[in-house]
Amino acid sequence: MSDGKVAVATWQGGGSPYAIGSKKLGMWLFVISDSLTFSALLVAYTYLRIAAPNWPTPFPLYPSILFASIMTFCLLSSSLTMVLGVHAMNSGNRKAAVRWILATMVGGTAFVVLHATEWRNLIVNEHVRLFENPWGEPLFGATFFAITGLHMTHVIIGVLYLGVIVQAVARGKFKAEDVEISGLYWHFVDLVWMFVFPLVYLMSVRM
Amino acid sequence: MTPTTDHTVAAAGPAFAKVWITLLGITGIEIFIAYMHVAPLIMLAALLGLSVIKAVLIIAYFMHLKFERLSLSFTLFPMLILCCFLLLLVLMPDSMRLMEMRPR
Repeated sequence: MSDGKVAVATWQGGGSPYAIGSKKLGMWLFVISDSLTFSALLVAYTYLRIAAPNWPTPFPLYPSILFASIMTFCLLSSSLTMVLGVHAMNSGNRKAAVRWILATMVGGTAFVVLHATEWRNLIVNEHVRLFENPWGEPLFGATFFAITGLHMTHVIIGVLYLGVIVQAVARGKFKAEDVEISGLYWHFVDLVWMFVFPLVYLMSVRM
Repeated sequence: MTPTTDHTVAAAGPAFAKVWITLLGITGIEIFIAYMHVAPLIMLAALLGLSVIKAVLIIAYFMHLKFERLSLSFTLFPMLILCCFLLLLVLMPDSMRLMEMRPR
Protein backbone atom coordinates (compact mmCIF):
# COMPACT_ATOMS: atom_id res chain seq x y z
CA MET A 1 0.00 0.00 0.00
CA SER A 2 2.86 2.35 0.78
CA ASP A 3 3.99 2.01 -2.84
CA GLY A 4 0.73 3.59 -3.97
CA LYS A 5 1.28 6.55 -1.65
CA VAL A 6 4.80 7.13 -2.94
CA ALA A 7 3.60 7.02 -6.54
CA VAL A 8 0.88 9.61 -5.87
CA ALA A 9 3.35 11.92 -4.09
CA THR A 10 5.82 11.58 -6.97
CA TRP A 11 3.41 12.47 -9.74
CA GLN A 12 1.90 15.36 -7.79
CA GLY A 13 5.31 16.97 -7.58
CA GLY A 14 5.89 15.98 -3.97
CA GLY A 15 8.95 13.82 -4.62
CA SER A 16 11.68 13.49 -7.21
CA PRO A 17 10.63 10.87 -9.78
CA TYR A 18 14.21 9.74 -10.43
CA ALA A 19 15.22 9.67 -6.73
CA ILE A 20 18.15 12.00 -7.47
CA GLY A 21 18.59 15.72 -6.81
CA SER A 22 17.79 18.33 -9.44
CA LYS A 23 21.48 19.33 -9.74
CA LYS A 24 22.46 15.78 -10.60
CA LEU A 25 19.61 15.47 -13.11
CA GLY A 26 20.79 18.76 -14.64
CA MET A 27 24.30 17.38 -15.12
CA TRP A 28 22.89 14.20 -16.67
CA LEU A 29 20.86 16.26 -19.15
CA PHE A 30 23.96 18.33 -20.00
CA VAL A 31 25.98 15.14 -20.51
CA ILE A 32 23.37 13.77 -22.92
CA SER A 33 23.18 16.99 -24.95
CA ASP A 34 26.98 17.24 -25.09
CA SER A 35 27.07 13.59 -26.23
CA LEU A 36 24.94 14.62 -29.20
CA THR A 37 27.46 17.34 -30.12
CA PHE A 38 30.32 14.85 -30.06
CA SER A 39 28.22 12.18 -31.86
CA ALA A 40 27.53 14.61 -34.72
CA LEU A 41 31.22 15.54 -35.00
CA LEU A 42 32.41 11.94 -34.84
CA VAL A 43 29.84 10.69 -37.35
CA ALA A 44 30.76 13.54 -39.74
CA TYR A 45 34.43 12.58 -39.35
CA THR A 46 33.67 8.87 -39.88
CA TYR A 47 31.73 9.72 -43.05
CA LEU A 48 34.74 11.57 -44.46
CA ARG A 49 37.13 8.84 -43.29
CA ILE A 50 35.19 6.08 -45.10
CA ALA A 51 34.37 8.14 -48.21
CA ALA A 52 37.94 9.35 -48.82
CA PRO A 53 40.06 6.83 -50.74
CA ASN A 54 43.38 8.33 -49.63
CA TRP A 55 42.73 9.40 -46.08
CA PRO A 56 46.14 10.10 -44.51
CA THR A 57 47.52 7.65 -41.94
CA PRO A 58 50.03 9.91 -40.19
CA PHE A 59 50.21 8.26 -36.76
CA PRO A 60 53.29 6.09 -36.25
CA LEU A 61 53.61 3.78 -33.23
CA TYR A 62 56.11 6.26 -31.78
CA PRO A 63 55.36 8.96 -30.76
CA SER A 64 51.67 9.29 -31.75
CA ILE A 65 50.06 5.94 -30.86
CA LEU A 66 52.25 5.49 -27.77
CA PHE A 67 51.36 9.00 -26.57
CA ALA A 68 47.65 8.48 -27.29
CA SER A 69 47.72 5.14 -25.42
CA ILE A 70 49.37 6.75 -22.39
CA MET A 71 46.78 9.53 -22.59
CA THR A 72 44.03 6.87 -22.57
CA PHE A 73 45.67 5.29 -19.53
CA CYS A 74 45.81 8.71 -17.79
CA LEU A 75 42.11 9.38 -18.41
CA LEU A 76 40.95 5.87 -17.43
CA SER A 77 43.04 5.98 -14.25
CA SER A 78 41.78 9.47 -13.41
CA SER A 79 38.23 8.10 -13.75
CA LEU A 80 39.12 5.39 -11.22
CA THR A 81 40.57 7.94 -8.76
CA MET A 82 37.48 10.14 -9.27
CA VAL A 83 35.15 7.26 -8.47
CA LEU A 84 37.22 6.51 -5.33
CA GLY A 85 37.02 10.22 -4.39
CA VAL A 86 33.23 10.14 -4.68
CA HIS A 87 33.25 6.91 -2.67
CA ALA A 88 35.37 8.50 0.08
CA MET A 89 33.12 11.57 0.15
CA ASN A 90 30.01 9.37 0.42
CA SER A 91 31.50 7.67 3.48
CA GLY A 92 32.30 11.07 5.02
CA ASN A 93 36.10 10.93 4.61
CA ARG A 94 36.88 14.41 3.27
CA LYS A 95 40.68 14.07 3.55
CA ALA A 96 40.72 10.96 1.37
CA ALA A 97 38.28 12.61 -1.04
CA VAL A 98 40.63 15.60 -1.45
CA ARG A 99 43.58 13.27 -2.16
CA TRP A 100 41.66 11.27 -4.76
CA ILE A 101 40.32 14.37 -6.51
CA LEU A 102 43.84 15.87 -6.60
CA ALA A 103 45.07 12.61 -8.17
CA THR A 104 42.28 12.96 -10.75
CA MET A 105 43.44 16.49 -11.55
CA VAL A 106 47.01 15.23 -12.01
CA GLY A 107 45.74 12.61 -14.49
CA GLY A 108 43.77 15.25 -16.41
CA THR A 109 46.72 17.64 -16.50
CA ALA A 110 49.04 14.88 -17.73
CA PHE A 111 46.52 14.19 -20.51
CA VAL A 112 46.49 17.86 -21.58
CA VAL A 113 50.30 18.15 -21.51
CA LEU A 114 50.74 14.97 -23.60
CA HIS A 115 48.04 16.07 -26.03
CA ALA A 116 49.57 19.53 -26.44
CA THR A 117 52.93 17.85 -27.18
CA GLU A 118 51.22 15.69 -29.79
CA TRP A 119 49.55 18.75 -31.39
CA ARG A 120 52.90 20.55 -31.44
CA ASN A 121 54.51 17.56 -33.14
CA LEU A 122 51.81 17.53 -35.85
CA ILE A 123 51.91 21.30 -36.42
CA VAL A 124 55.68 21.92 -36.24
CA ASN A 125 57.23 18.66 -37.49
CA GLU A 126 54.49 17.32 -39.81
CA HIS A 127 53.23 20.71 -41.06
CA VAL A 128 49.54 19.90 -40.56
CA ARG A 129 47.31 22.99 -40.75
CA LEU A 130 43.56 23.43 -40.32
CA PHE A 131 42.89 23.24 -44.07
CA GLU A 132 46.11 21.92 -45.56
CA ASN A 133 48.61 19.17 -44.87
CA PRO A 134 51.39 17.39 -46.77
CA TRP A 135 49.20 14.34 -47.52
CA GLY A 136 46.60 16.09 -49.69
CA GLU A 137 43.34 15.43 -47.83
CA PRO A 138 42.57 18.97 -46.60
CA LEU A 139 39.77 17.92 -44.24
CA PHE A 140 42.12 15.77 -42.16
CA GLY A 141 43.38 18.78 -40.21
CA ALA A 142 39.91 20.28 -39.84
CA THR A 143 38.37 17.12 -38.37
CA PHE A 144 41.42 16.24 -36.25
CA PHE A 145 41.82 19.67 -34.66
CA ALA A 146 38.06 20.25 -34.25
CA ILE A 147 37.36 16.93 -32.51
CA THR A 148 40.48 16.65 -30.35
CA GLY A 149 40.44 20.41 -29.68
CA LEU A 150 36.86 20.35 -28.42
CA HIS A 151 37.68 17.32 -26.28
CA MET A 152 40.83 18.96 -24.89
CA THR A 153 38.75 22.04 -24.01
CA HIS A 154 36.42 19.75 -22.06
CA VAL A 155 39.37 18.23 -20.18
CA ILE A 156 40.79 21.68 -19.29
CA ILE A 157 37.37 22.84 -18.07
CA GLY A 158 37.08 19.58 -16.11
CA VAL A 159 40.43 20.15 -14.34
CA LEU A 160 39.37 23.72 -13.43
CA TYR A 161 35.95 22.45 -12.26
CA LEU A 162 37.63 19.82 -10.04
CA GLY A 163 39.96 22.55 -8.72
CA VAL A 164 36.94 24.54 -7.54
CA ILE A 165 35.40 21.40 -6.01
CA VAL A 166 38.58 20.24 -4.26
CA GLN A 167 39.35 23.55 -2.52
CA ALA A 168 35.78 23.72 -1.24
CA VAL A 169 35.84 20.10 -0.03
CA ALA A 170 39.16 20.76 1.75
CA ARG A 171 37.57 23.71 3.58
CA GLY A 172 34.62 21.57 4.67
CA LYS A 173 32.17 23.04 2.18
CA PHE A 174 30.03 21.24 -0.43
CA LYS A 175 28.16 17.96 -0.02
CA ALA A 176 28.91 14.49 -1.34
CA GLU A 177 26.36 15.12 -4.10
CA ASP A 178 28.40 18.04 -5.46
CA VAL A 179 31.48 15.86 -5.74
CA GLU A 180 29.41 13.13 -7.40
CA ILE A 181 28.12 15.65 -9.99
CA SER A 182 31.64 16.80 -10.84
CA GLY A 183 32.48 13.09 -11.15
CA LEU A 184 29.68 12.65 -13.70
CA TYR A 185 31.25 15.38 -15.84
CA TRP A 186 34.73 13.88 -15.50
CA HIS A 187 33.58 10.38 -16.48
CA PHE A 188 31.81 11.86 -19.48
CA VAL A 189 35.07 13.47 -20.65
CA ASP A 190 36.73 10.04 -20.26
CA LEU A 191 33.87 8.39 -22.15
CA VAL A 192 34.18 10.74 -25.13
CA TRP A 193 37.90 9.93 -25.39
CA MET A 194 36.96 6.23 -25.59
CA PHE A 195 35.45 7.08 -29.00
CA VAL A 196 37.95 9.74 -30.13
CA PHE A 197 40.99 7.50 -29.54
CA PRO A 198 39.92 4.56 -31.76
CA LEU A 199 38.15 6.65 -34.44
CA VAL A 200 40.74 9.40 -34.89
CA TYR A 201 44.00 7.68 -33.90
CA LEU A 202 43.59 3.92 -34.32
CA MET A 203 41.78 4.26 -37.68
CA SER A 204 44.82 6.17 -39.03
CA VAL A 205 47.88 4.27 -37.81
CA ARG A 206 50.94 4.21 -40.04
CA MET A 207 51.69 0.54 -40.66
CA MET B 1 17.94 8.46 -1.64
CA THR B 2 16.73 5.00 -0.83
CA PRO B 3 18.57 3.07 1.90
CA THR B 4 19.70 0.46 -0.63
CA THR B 5 21.74 3.08 -2.52
CA ASP B 6 24.23 3.57 0.34
CA HIS B 7 24.54 -0.17 0.71
CA THR B 8 25.32 -0.71 -2.99
CA VAL B 9 27.88 2.14 -2.95
CA ALA B 10 29.75 0.44 -0.09
CA ALA B 11 29.65 -2.94 -1.83
CA ALA B 12 30.78 -1.50 -5.18
CA GLY B 13 34.17 -0.25 -3.86
CA PRO B 14 36.52 -3.06 -5.02
CA ALA B 15 34.46 -3.59 -8.18
CA PHE B 16 35.72 -0.26 -9.57
CA ALA B 17 39.26 -1.61 -9.93
CA LYS B 18 37.92 -4.61 -11.88
CA VAL B 19 36.05 -2.28 -14.25
CA TRP B 20 39.21 -0.20 -14.68
CA ILE B 21 41.29 -3.30 -15.55
CA THR B 22 38.60 -4.45 -18.02
CA LEU B 23 38.62 -1.01 -19.69
CA LEU B 24 42.43 -1.09 -20.00
CA GLY B 25 42.23 -4.62 -21.43
CA ILE B 26 39.68 -3.62 -24.08
CA THR B 27 41.90 -0.63 -24.99
CA GLY B 28 44.80 -3.04 -25.49
CA ILE B 29 42.66 -5.20 -27.81
CA GLU B 30 41.69 -2.08 -29.78
CA ILE B 31 45.36 -1.13 -30.31
CA PHE B 32 46.06 -4.71 -31.46
CA ILE B 33 43.15 -4.59 -33.94
CA ALA B 34 44.43 -1.25 -35.31
CA TYR B 35 47.57 -3.02 -36.57
CA MET B 36 45.69 -5.81 -38.38
CA HIS B 37 45.37 -5.42 -42.15
CA VAL B 38 41.60 -5.31 -42.64
CA ALA B 39 39.25 -3.11 -44.69
CA PRO B 40 38.49 0.27 -43.04
CA LEU B 41 34.82 -0.58 -42.70
CA ILE B 42 35.47 -3.83 -40.82
CA MET B 43 37.99 -2.10 -38.57
CA LEU B 44 35.49 0.69 -37.94
CA ALA B 45 32.81 -1.82 -36.91
CA ALA B 46 35.19 -3.69 -34.59
CA LEU B 47 36.54 -0.54 -32.92
CA LEU B 48 33.09 1.03 -32.55
CA GLY B 49 31.69 -2.18 -31.06
CA LEU B 50 34.47 -2.35 -28.45
CA SER B 51 34.09 1.37 -27.70
CA VAL B 52 30.38 0.94 -27.07
CA ILE B 53 31.19 -1.83 -24.55
CA LYS B 54 33.65 0.53 -22.82
CA ALA B 55 31.06 3.33 -22.80
CA VAL B 56 28.45 1.04 -21.22
CA LEU B 57 30.92 -0.02 -18.49
CA ILE B 58 31.82 3.62 -17.71
CA ILE B 59 28.17 4.72 -17.63
CA ALA B 60 26.97 1.75 -15.58
CA TYR B 61 29.71 1.64 -12.93
CA PHE B 62 31.72 4.89 -12.89
CA MET B 63 28.71 7.12 -13.58
CA HIS B 64 26.71 4.92 -11.22
CA LEU B 65 23.70 4.58 -13.53
CA LYS B 66 23.36 0.84 -12.80
CA PHE B 67 22.46 1.73 -9.21
CA GLU B 68 20.04 4.56 -10.05
CA ARG B 69 16.35 4.15 -10.68
CA LEU B 70 15.61 2.53 -14.06
CA SER B 71 13.34 5.45 -15.02
CA LEU B 72 16.44 7.70 -15.24
CA SER B 73 18.04 5.46 -17.88
CA PHE B 74 14.78 5.27 -19.80
CA THR B 75 14.49 9.07 -19.77
CA LEU B 76 18.07 9.82 -20.83
CA PHE B 77 19.21 7.19 -23.30
CA PRO B 78 16.57 6.13 -25.89
CA MET B 79 16.69 9.56 -27.56
CA LEU B 80 20.50 9.57 -27.68
CA ILE B 81 20.67 6.03 -29.09
CA LEU B 82 17.98 6.80 -31.69
CA CYS B 83 19.79 9.97 -32.82
CA CYS B 84 23.14 8.14 -33.19
CA PHE B 85 21.41 5.27 -35.00
CA LEU B 86 19.72 7.68 -37.45
CA LEU B 87 22.99 9.55 -38.09
CA LEU B 88 24.73 6.28 -38.93
CA LEU B 89 21.77 4.92 -40.89
CA VAL B 90 21.53 8.00 -43.13
CA LEU B 91 25.20 8.84 -43.58
CA MET B 92 27.12 5.57 -43.64
CA PRO B 93 25.57 3.96 -46.76
CA ASP B 94 26.07 7.28 -48.57
CA SER B 95 29.77 7.43 -47.66
CA MET B 96 30.25 3.94 -49.13
CA ARG B 97 28.30 4.90 -52.26
CA LEU B 98 30.64 7.86 -52.79
CA MET B 99 33.58 5.48 -52.56
CA GLU B 100 32.16 3.30 -55.35
CA MET B 101 31.32 6.27 -57.59
CA ARG B 102 34.90 7.53 -57.71
CA PRO B 103 36.77 7.02 -60.98
CA ARG B 104 39.49 4.42 -60.59
